[in-house]
Amino acid sequence: MKTSDLAALRDEPACSHNLQAKTGCARPTPGAAAGGCAFDGAQISLLPIADVAHIVHGPIACVGDSWDNRGTQSSGPALFKLGMTTDLNEQDVIMGRGEKRLFHGIKQAIDRYSPAAVFVYSTCVTALIGDDLGAVCKAATGRWGVPVIPIDAAGFYGSKNFGNRIAGEAMINYVVGGSEPVAPPVDPARPDLRVHDINLIGEYNIAGELWNTLPLFDELGLRLLCSLSGDARFREIQTMHRAEVNMVVCSRAMLNVARKLQERFGTPWFEGSFYGVSDVSAALRQFAALLNDPDLTERTETLIAREEANTHAALAPWRERLQGKRVLLYTGGVKSWSIVAALQELGMTVVACGTKKSTEEDKARIRELMGEDAPLIEDGNPRVLLELARAHHADLLVAGGRNLYTALKARLPFVDVNQEREHGYAGYRGMITLAQELTRTLESPIWEAVRRPAPWLPHRVETAHD
Amino acid sequence: MTEIIRRSKPLSVSPLKSSQPLGASLAILGLNRAIPLLHGAQGCTAFAKVFLVRHFREPIPLQTSALDPISSIMGADDSLLAGLRTVCEKQHPAAIGLLTTGLTETQGTDVQRVVKIFRERCPEFQGVRVVAVNTPDFSGCLESGFAIVVKAMIAEWVPAVSNHPSLSKEGKRRHQSRQINVLCGSSLTPGDLEALRELIERFGLHPVLIPDLADSLDGHLDAEDYSPLTTGGTPLAAFTTLGDAAATLVIGASLNAAADLLQERTGVPTHRFPHLFGLEATDRLVMTLAGIAGQPVPATVARQRAQLQDAMLDTHFLLGRARIAIAADPDLLHGFSQLLAEMGAEIVAAVTSATTPTLAQWPLTQVHIGDLDDLETLARERDAELVIGSSHALDTANRLDLPLLRAGYPLHDQFGGYQRAWIGYRGARQALFDLANALLGHAEHAVAPYHSFYSRKADPRPEVRHGATATFADSERRH
Repeated sequence: MKTSDLAALRDEPACSHNLQAKTGCARPTPGAAAGGCAFDGAQISLLPIADVAHIVHGPIACVGDSWDNRGTQSSGPALFKLGMTTDLNEQDVIMGRGEKRLFHGIKQAIDRYSPAAVFVYSTCVTALIGDDLGAVCKAATGRWGVPVIPIDAAGFYGSKNFGNRIAGEAMINYVVGGSEPVAPPVDPARPDLRVHDINLIGEYNIAGELWNTLPLFDELGLRLLCSLSGDARFREIQTMHRAEVNMVVCSRAMLNVARKLQERFGTPWFEGSFYGVSDVSAALRQFAALLNDPDLTERTETLIAREEANTHAALAPWRERLQGKRVLLYTGGVKSWSIVAALQELGMTVVACGTKKSTEEDKARIRELMGEDAPLIEDGNPRVLLELARAHHADLLVAGGRNLYTALKARLPFVDVNQEREHGYAGYRGMITLAQELTRTLESPIWEAVRRPAPWLPHRVETAHD
Repeated sequence: MTEIIRRSKPLSVSPLKSSQPLGASLAILGLNRAIPLLHGAQGCTAFAKVFLVRHFREPIPLQTSALDPISSIMGADDSLLAGLRTVCEKQHPAAIGLLTTGLTETQGTDVQRVVKIFRERCPEFQGVRVVAVNTPDFSGCLESGFAIVVKAMIAEWVPAVSNHPSLSKEGKRRHQSRQINVLCGSSLTPGDLEALRELIERFGLHPVLIPDLADSLDGHLDAEDYSPLTTGGTPLAAFTTLGDAAATLVIGASLNAAADLLQERTGVPTHRFPHLFGLEATDRLVMTLAGIAGQPVPATVARQRAQLQDAMLDTHFLLGRARIAIAADPDLLHGFSQLLAEMGAEIVAAVTSATTPTLAQWPLTQVHIGDLDDLETLARERDAELVIGSSHALDTANRLDLPLLRAGYPLHDQFGGYQRAWIGYRGARQALFDLANALLGHAEHAVAPYHSFYSRKADPRPEVRHGATATFADSERRH
């Protein structure tokens, strides 16, 4: 990718990081960096598209070390789960045989798996030696009649978030608008229902959590035209331009998709979250408001009233057990404010909250929820987190998988809320799952046992609680 | 003589191979108070970290020089220097393993020169040992990356014997020494290493494991609640004592080059074992240890040997002529092929990740350098009955409708895979039991029921029993 293209992508007017002194995405510090690269981000964003052959053009590390490690679920095809790579060797790199290998590799994937499309990802090595991904993809599309899409997101281009953005940009440039949606099926029980088309952007169906909210959309007569990209199909991405409203669910990194869909097709969009009862309801209301359909608004309110009542009733016994427990919250990608609200709904006290990736807006919302003096954690390295947990007498750490062992090795209860998590916490139902998981770790009898020193030792082991 | 069939298709699908920098990092993680620093983009480190965390279920110290577009194109020496300085300042490691990646190798980085500059510019970090190694991911595999680093550690930290006062004095000291150096290849799990240590100690010998993943990556729960570096593992001081040992054991053909160098540096007699799978290999190890220790084989070891022989008797009905498909890095594949050959099992599909000098001498008719897609095709063509491979092979086994015995890297869909011991009499015995049980739960031996036209049974609903049996077999196989 050209430097000017990279710079243009870094400048995202819809992102409030742009307003700060250091504009756009921050540069990592050598020797003290955490998190993935742009390629990683692009894969996170697009790999959930289930009927696509995802080919990674480069040496083995990019796929060999990473395939089969993501929690995204598909309700149909499993093609996306196959790691595919040109696995370039030294001779390929030196002799420049990469493009040829890629061209034949695309044919191999098409012949063997008949994919709806092929996505080809560049990597550091192939970007550096200058393989022309665009030209190979164009030639392959022409030759075999299957869409072959270049995703030029080499690792060194930037952070994981930046890779999300490149991936979104590629969908806008090469895929969206490629086909028209068919008319929605008519529900014989409600033949006169006016069905609206919507998109979710940045929802990856981790642990299948999309399926907690999808039934609600069905009930309201909202057709999910496309989720970018949880449980998506290539054809669905092609029809994204026809949605009436877009919701940006998780990462701000794909704001560019929502912004461009608005610029080109006039689609209104909003940012929301499916974590916590109040945020789920707020998102549903937002859809109804933007769709400007009084009947829908009414039905939405009815659904919300029913679901909230049911959820609160189901949560009551859990809330009793979680009441007053003190949480240290440190999330990466997921919106911190949304989790703060969810935890507070469960009667818990959030003693401090991570804001590393939060915008000024996010921070304002967190302060609103937690009070003006809420301790915000800018850089939560493990040492800082443990010290905070101790200082604030936290009962547990709620964070991303990266800090799982930070908590466990300090014998501190832990719940994973990031993308490697095993449970779906989205939607009303997800809230009950979250309450159960919080209780499971908090009330586990192991904590006393693992803190107990060996009986033959004279001294106690120091724990996070001392 | 094994026929070696090389990759012929342009794409690798469901790769078996993991990268060289990942294996190289793993070797560094077997040192005490150490941290690997990958010279490349952030992803190389992030992927390796997630991979190893999920395998070992332990925190994995790993850092990156975090290259961006400017340093990737204009030169990354400054990023690397900054990375080294930051790691030294923040973590105070005893050792840093500085490892290259595909990106920086394509740039043509000279890491040795950067280390030299680092030494000149940052004398305050003189105490931090740095081993810098070229580990491009467009060559080799996990196993070779691991092996290159073990060799580099020896090159960097083991003094040549000529630096010692006198050879004769050395020889005398060696004669009395109870120390045994053990170069441990990547095919050995922490469980293997503990079994090996225990066996050596039974002979009254003192093993020094290089590197020692058992001590660093298995079950750490220390008084200290957080460490940004490895805890446990081979202390760096151990490297200067290698010349004093009575003998060196080398486990894994991948470490041959490292073993040559150690032999050259120290002159300590070297005993090489391509693997420690099965009766024959373990017999050789035990006899070697008895010879070095100058004492008879302990009764417990003799007992374990008899137990293995007994297990061979019990399981041979199932394992004899069993048709096995296996995918693994070279040393592990070699070990399994020996264990299975001893049982008269047939390896109908063997796939490994990279070619090695010893490949041709394995007890196999054919080995493919390839991926799990190749394994699947071969296993289907040749009616395999069981698959041996890492967690990556689970989908392969499910599509083939065959049981999977998990071994190798990564094992992320089960607990405790990393601590399983395969080697020695006891490891072999358990492996035979597990192989036989997997076949027992899956294979159909009895003659299929025949429903006679004339002699009809008046069974009410025969399909009920069918359904129940199928579900049971299914759940057995998959879990």
